[in-house]
Amino acid sequence: MDGLVLRNLGRRFGAFDAVADLNLHIKPGEFVSLLGPSGCGKTTTLRMIAGFIDPTAGAIELNGKLLSAPDGSVPPEKRGMSMIFQSYAIWPNMTVAQNVSFGLKLRKLPREEVRRRTGEILEVVRMSHLADRYPSELSGGQQQRIALARAIVVRPALLLLDEPLSNLDANLREEMRFEIKRMHDEFKITSVYVTHDQSEAMVTSDRIAVMNKGLLEQIDTPYALYTRPRTRFVASFIGRTNFIAGHRSGDLIDFTGFSVPMAAINGPVASSGELTASIRPEAMRLTTEPSSDENAIKLEGTITRSAFLGEAWDYVFRSRNSDVEFKVAAPPSEKFEVGGSAWLQIDPRQVVPITD
Amino acid sequence: MTSASRTTEGSSIAHARWGSSVPWASRLQPQNLLWLLLAAILVVLILAPMSTLVIASFTDAQTGNWTLSNYAEAYGRARHVTALTNTLKMGAAVVALKLLFGVPLAWACTRTDMPGKNLVRYGVFGAFIMPPYLGGVGWILLAGPNTGWINRAWFWLTGATEPLVNVFTFWGLVLVTAIGGFFLVFVFVSSAFEMINSEMEDAANILGAGPVKTALKITFPLVLPAILGSALLSFLGAIALYGVPALIAIPARFPVVVIQLSEFFSFPLRVEVAAAYSVPLLLITVGLLGLQRLILRRKGYTSLTGKGGERRLVKLGRWRWAMFAYCFAVVALAVLLPFVVLLLAAFNRSWTAGFSIDNFTLRNFHYALFEHSSSQHALVASVGIGIAAATLAILLALCIAYIVQRRVLPFGQVLAFLAVSPYVIPGIVLAIGFYAAYALPPLALYGTYTILVLAVATRFLPIAFTTAVAGMRSIHPEMEDAVRILGGGRLSVIRSVVGPLLKRTLAGGWLLIFVLAAQELSTAIFLVGPNTRVVSVVLLDLSEEGRMEVLAALGTLLLLMIVAVVAIGVRYLGRDFMLRRS
Repeated sequence: MDGLVLRNLGRRFGAFDAVADLNLHIKPGEFVSLLGPSGCGKTTTLRMIAGFIDPTAGAIELNGKLLSAPDGSVPPEKRGMSMIFQSYAIWPNMTVAQNVSFGLKLRKLPREEVRRRTGEILEVVRMSHLADRYPSELSGGQQQRIALARAIVVRPALLLLDEPLSNLDANLREEMRFEIKRMHDEFKITSVYVTHDQSEAMVTSDRIAVMNKGLLEQIDTPYALYTRPRTRFVASFIGRTNFIAGHRSGDLIDFTGFSVPMAAINGPVASSGELTASIRPEAMRLTTEPSSDENAIKLEGTITRSAFLGEAWDYVFRSRNSDVEFKVAAPPSEKFEVGGSAWLQIDPRQVVPITD
Repeated sequence: MTSASRTTEGSSIAHARWGSSVPWASRLQPQNLLWLLLAAILVVLILAPMSTLVIASFTDAQTGNWTLSNYAEAYGRARHVTALTNTLKMGAAVVALKLLFGVPLAWACTRTDMPGKNLVRYGVFGAFIMPPYLGGVGWILLAGPNTGWINRAWFWLTGATEPLVNVFTFWGLVLVTAIGGFFLVFVFVSSAFEMINSEMEDAANILGAGPVKTALKITFPLVLPAILGSALLSFLGAIALYGVPALIAIPARFPVVVIQLSEFFSFPLRVEVAAAYSVPLLLITVGLLGLQRLILRRKGYTSLTGKGGERRLVKLGRWRWAMFAYCFAVVALAVLLPFVVLLLAAFNRSWTAGFSIDNFTLRNFHYALFEHSSSQHALVASVGIGIAAATLAILLALCIAYIVQRRVLPFGQVLAFLAVSPYVIPGIVLAIGFYAAYALPPLALYGTYTILVLAVATRFLPIAFTTAVAGMRSIHPEMEDAVRILGGGRLSVIRSVVGPLLKRTLAGGWLLIFVLAAQELSTAIFLVGPNTRVVSVVLLDLSEEGRMEVLAALGTLLLLMIVAVVAIGVRYLGRDFMLRRS
């Protein structure tokens, strides 16, 4: 199989499973993020792909070639990959140009080609004028660009990125997200990106693999992940959401205070029993009068809290007949007073059943 | 991910990799052999001498049977017990004096606006370069009861017949020992002062604490670990120092342990008794370490790692010059006075004859260099041993530090523990251990340079190890990962990244060990043979023969060579490379 394949991959540290039974197929040229909180196993996974850690179960294959297995692994230096590290790991004893050309020299390329490709990539990351500087004379963003250039210039079979932006300040981080995206679009290098920052993952990735406690929760495109989270963890880790408990009765699903037809709901539902659903704050609307929309679910209640965030209002709405509270987002123009009454309108197609 | 969690992850990796599931065959990898090799070297250097020492102390020299008679002989005489109590008394007094010298100087040089800070720093640096026994000789020239320069000046000025000062007393011994080692207190405590973040003091100020209260409640407790640590090392250094007691305690008729030990080593040779006699020194060391742990336990003194940002200096106002006068007095006592008289004696026909052109001569140097039977040879040997021991210690320390820091192998912490343990073994005890383990057949290393180099390298291995660990810590592991993922192997990592980055740090550590190793006496005294004499031992012989002028000349030559090497180091590494170590 082409691309990167992780097959039942596992890594155990003593009695602790850092990664368990991970299956993932990353297609050639694809950009996939491993997203999750710290300790979820994403960095361990990345370091197993790089060959710095050996798996205790399963296998890693790249373009049909077995790289890692519990009984033996190809060392990192023979994998033809490159990596961008959290600390940049720019060698302070070498100039910018020496840093960037290091991998090319290791590949024993002709001197002329090393020089040409180093020059080209420095051009791409807009660092040509600093080629003879030492890293200590560069800013964090510039060091990050050098790390990027150094990793890309060798045209790796796989590019690994380990939280490369976490040491940058907010503005620079936003700029570098797009820079990484631009590099990927330009060179089409198969990439695995580890981060705990969901917006970073959403900007850069074709698909996002959400990990939690060593397990893969869900892998999907950013849009699908946000609009159709399959587990409670994914729904709450990516964006904000409301969880509502319900149970199935016939063709309806009864939530506290309202019910939704089975057919209208977004996603498969177990044939019977209890269930939980997620509704995003943006999937609801607050109005002063009940909406005339036939399909919408309408609840009457009061506003119990409000906060203005600039781009939106953040309200908490309490349903009158069930006392269930909903977090609701509203555009800046839709102003409601705390304590005042309002109507909540829910689009049933955005009620997503999830598993715990 | 933070570095802390990365470390725990690393340790669990090592743990898991060496779980019982790994078959034995796959454990016999090159990296394992390296571990075994390093462990074997450390056993040879540290464990074997120390265990031989303890075993020998319980062994009957004639029959080889188990016995307590060595202890009976070692402590059976009142004089031997007195030597031990004298030593403890002297050690305590020396520690007090070293702290009195070192702590105020460290504070003044790091936290105040005292003038002439650099002058004081150079003075302390000079005290480091000057071997303790040369300081002792200087003070004999200065304060010998009848012919010492201070006393002669006193006689001349007042017409008195009783000497003003006498170096051959308990306090003379204490003073000379203290000036020979207070730089250690200075270095420890000033680096602790430099680590203190002013914000910690600001936080106390803003809550209403005045300068004095802040100093007592915040600043002092924060440097307390450094003070205690340096006091401990000062004590161990003082009780195990050989040169100064040999020069002063013998004429002063003040028996101390090291002199007693050397008696056991003279005819008739009683190594087992010497071993028994030195075991209490080891026990004292262990006891003091335990005490230090007890005092410092639980308090998170590790917070002393902050960079500290901008530190405000204490304004001394009118007391600036008073503080400087005190610092200058200490430097004068420790370096200037003894060095000047030593230099004068080196160029004099007779050091008691006073200043005059007639008295000037270069003969002493000519004699020391070309006529004396062993001193030329000894100069070469001292420098050679310094180079060999420093190189050996640094290389060994680098390997161990790499393994410990990168968790390449399991049980790295054991290696680390072994590598720092000579820190607390008195040099003279280490020498007796080496003698007991290797001097006699089957190895019969007595009288070879090998045993000297090994012992001296072992003595200073902790300095090398702490230097190497500090260097390794400054290299982020990802720097090495970056080389590997781009296609470089472990060798490539060392050649292109670790080596270049550690060059300066290691060179600094090397120089430090060289300076100490080239002048080492306490370890050498029991290990030199008739043909492997080093300068320090020759100097001591000259003092016993009373040839102070030749001694001064040879001492000056030794200082010159050390200063030359240090000057090269300073030129290459910057002038603060020694004062900045921790």
